Amino acid sequence: MTQVSMTINGKPASADVENRTLLVQLLREKLGLTGTHVGCDTSQCGACVVHVNGRSVKSCTILAVQCQDANITTVEGLATDGKLHPMQEAFRDNHGLQCGFCTPGMLMSALDLVQQNPDPSEREIREWLEGNLCRCTGYHNIVKSIQAGAAAMRGARAAAE
Amino acid sequence: MPPRNDGIGASVRRKEDLRFLTGRGMYVDDVARPGQLYAYILRSPHPHAELARIDTSKAAKADGVIAVFTGADMAKDNVGGLPCGWAIKSKDGSPMKEPPHPPLAIGRVRYVGDQVAVVIAETYAAAKDAAELIDVEYRPLPAVASITDAIKPGAPQIWDIAPSNTCYDWELGDKAATDAAFQKAYKVARIELVNNRLIPNAMEPRAAIGDFDPASGDYTLYTTSQNPHVIRLLMGAFVLHIPESKLRVYAPDVGGGFGSKIYHYAEEAIVTWAAGKVKRPVKWTAERAESFMSDAHGRDHVTTAELALDKDGKFLGLRVSTLANLGAYLSTFSTCIPTYLYATLLAGVYTTPAIYCEVRAVFTNTVPVDAYRGAGRPEATYLLERLVDVAAREMNMDRIEIRRKNFIPNDAFPYQTPVALQYDSGNYHATLDQALKASDWAGFPKRREEARRRGKLRGIGVSTYIEACGIAPSNIAGALGARAGLFETAEVRVHPTGTVTVFTGCHSHGQGHETTYAQLVAEGLGIPIENVEVVHGDTAKIPFGMGTYGSRSLAVGGSAIVKAMDKVIRKGKKIAAHLLEAAEADIEFKDGKFTVAGTDKSKALVDISLAAYVPHNYPLEELEPGLDETAFYDPKNFTFPAGCHIAEVEIDPETGATEVVNFTAVDDVGRVINPMIVEGQVQGGVAQGIGQALLESCVYDQSGQLLTGSMMDYTMPRASDVPSIGVATHTTLCTHNPLGVKGCGEVGAIGSPPAVINAIIDALAPYGVHDIDMPATPLRIWQTIRNAQPAQAAE
Repeated sequence: MTQVSMTINGKPASADVENRTLLVQLLREKLGLTGTHVGCDTSQCGACVVHVNGRSVKSCTILAVQCQDANITTVEGLATDGKLHPMQEAFRDNHGLQCGFCTPGMLMSALDLVQQNPDPSEREIREWLEGNLCRCTGYHNIVKSIQAGAAAMRGARAAAE
Repeated sequence: MPPRNDGIGASVRRKEDLRFLTGRGMYVDDVARPGQLYAYILRSPHPHAELARIDTSKAAKADGVIAVFTGADMAKDNVGGLPCGWAIKSKDGSPMKEPPHPPLAIGRVRYVGDQVAVVIAETYAAAKDAAELIDVEYRPLPAVASITDAIKPGAPQIWDIAPSNTCYDWELGDKAATDAAFQKAYKVARIELVNNRLIPNAMEPRAAIGDFDPASGDYTLYTTSQNPHVIRLLMGAFVLHIPESKLRVYAPDVGGGFGSKIYHYAEEAIVTWAAGKVKRPVKWTAERAESFMSDAHGRDHVTTAELALDKDGKFLGLRVSTLANLGAYLSTFSTCIPTYLYATLLAGVYTTPAIYCEVRAVFTNTVPVDAYRGAGRPEATYLLERLVDVAAREMNMDRIEIRRKNFIPNDAFPYQTPVALQYDSGNYHATLDQALKASDWAGFPKRREEARRRGKLRGIGVSTYIEACGIAPSNIAGALGARAGLFETAEVRVHPTGTVTVFTGCHSHGQGHETTYAQLVAEGLGIPIENVEVVHGDTAKIPFGMGTYGSRSLAVGGSAIVKAMDKVIRKGKKIAAHLLEAAEADIEFKDGKFTVAGTDKSKALVDISLAAYVPHNYPLEELEPGLDETAFYDPKNFTFPAGCHIAEVEIDPETGATEVVNFTAVDDVGRVINPMIVEGQVQGGVAQGIGQALLESCVYDQSGQLLTGSMMDYTMPRASDVPSIGVATHTTLCTHNPLGVKGCGEVGAIGSPPAVINAIIDALAPYGVHDIDMPATPLRIWQTIRNAQPAQAAE
């Protein structure tokens, strides 16, 4: 067992883990953060995407011990003071989810895209989602949601400036 | 009153989304029971082998291991086999061959993934590690995976009771009349095709937790199911012999199903039984690799079909012969899919007077095959809509014209088909017209020319489909071999302060029932949608249920809710009559108010519910207190959604790469309750249909090994593989259910594959290509073009 410590959703967290423990296992099984999902075993589906030090990472493909001192954000950390993040709101307004299983990974992935490209085109969004699978929506409304979420985030930034 | 924005017809944002968006959903794998153990299931690496010996002694002694069980241990407890829910009779009247299906294999394994043993340990890692210590002596047997190989003389035999690996050899329709139609045909269009085998791949892998309370003797199963009551019935009555009163089945949030989570699976029985043995909760969650080799697969037909035409292009007769793969065992509803959900749809939207279909269902050394989104109807639609295009070519007729000429006319409803169904309503010209317009069909030649200048082959394809939903009138299903009823159940509980909880026997795993059903109740009882909660998935809370599949949730489940609301209103009128000192016959209910007709004397629903639960001033001698009504709704007929899908593709002839550049769906799903949700259902279905047409295929090698066993090998549609999907509806009302609804969950997956393939064949027309099988991958298209080129050069 190895002790790991990191910041998760702004709060310090630590746990004893086996060296083979994946970040997603630490989150789900030790810390009760079950919003992050496991949909495959080959790093294809993206249901487990979280942010590690601000970038999207598949938490099934990184060991917990690699995240010592890292700053982790999961889907549980997006809403603040009971208010949904604009990207969450956009998914809700645009019916960007059905069964909800891929949704946390879609949100975390979308936020990394918008961080790098505040105004992505439909093509750019579809290509960015290479590593996120959804079986319910046909992606149509996910793409719409991300466009709307990006626009809301640009609007919020402009208002703040 | 202003018009409602939360009732029937409103695109209400979904009530369930908040928990999913914030990571607060509760899927089965999110559940952690105190003291829970973990199960790992050892699966056969062989497609077919004798189990000569299983030695679990080393594994049982490994660190953290609590128990290891095999089929022999389950047999000692008289555990039964997984039952099949639909009995089919062969042409000669003999019953289908129904082999045993023990949850853990006994004596022999019959596909890669068949369950051999279960290890139960303190951690999943310990269980998985210990499984490597189980010493299994397999004696491999010859195996067969493909349907066409399985029926060859001398093929490996999978079941002694099923000679030639045939489960049944079934027929539907009038053979003599059909043969006579072919006798007088001016032309015959013919097609041979494969409906490719698919792996459902809901994003949430299956999971199950068994829990046993030694003090009460109660069992609980948490499971990823589309129909928890059905699982309770099947597992309780046939497999584990636990009475319903001692067995709770709970399917909380479920991450997609598409059919694959209908069936009673071995793992559900294994963890429930094992929890009783070890007296602690036992949890199993599939790894995706296990999903590939243990979730029931879909489709897998090989079909020959012929259409007889007169000299005007009218369809005279249709003759279909299909081989259907059932896999190694009979999954719960496997046997009705290639029969009553397939051949009954072969009239399509056409007036073909004579139809005959024979289906031979075949065992192979593969994962069991069962319903996958559309289930039988996509197979029927694909063959019919491909064949109609062939017929148009044979007759030198326009593809649209030949369809119109043969459509069932608008004034012909109710329309009795020659293959058992009676369509209640539809307007096939309207959906076609609307789709032609929305897709700018007329402008296509210009777009083709523009693409040609860019070096691309552009094609357009159409499909005018019909399907049968709202499964099912129980007496008809029973007469056809169903071993269960197919009604639905709803309880509408009005609480004392006027809020409402609805308990439904359907199950939402993405469909948005918590919103759509709440809209029905908000509209029906005249209360704000915020005051309505919908409960599903728990046999401990819900009276009964048959679950969600076959696009039945609104047509059958929604109708049950309407019936329960009707009872609430009827009782409410009696209470109101008492409170208002009026005759019951004079009470009207509208917009949430009980009013004495022609007066301004009224009581709100909340006054009535309060009186019902605090019955101080109440007609106790005639009426029970409380306002809580249950209804069971058995549909009078199937519903018949229909419509038109148009696909436009561009092919790069140098690489075979295909892009779906436009997709238009115009569907008649009856009355639309929430347009946003309907559009989402259609878009999702279309993406699965495009997946089948272009990308997805389950591949076994000759020896029976599963080659597409991961998401690295099996092509799931990604965001860049599908276009924006234009969706519109044209409504004709269902005539026999109270809402006029038909169902929208499967239309996308049913209508789209032939539209896409017909578009590809249209694009390849310059090469003289008339045929290509699904999936039309870049390689297959490239090869088709290469093979065709010499022919073209010779012309």
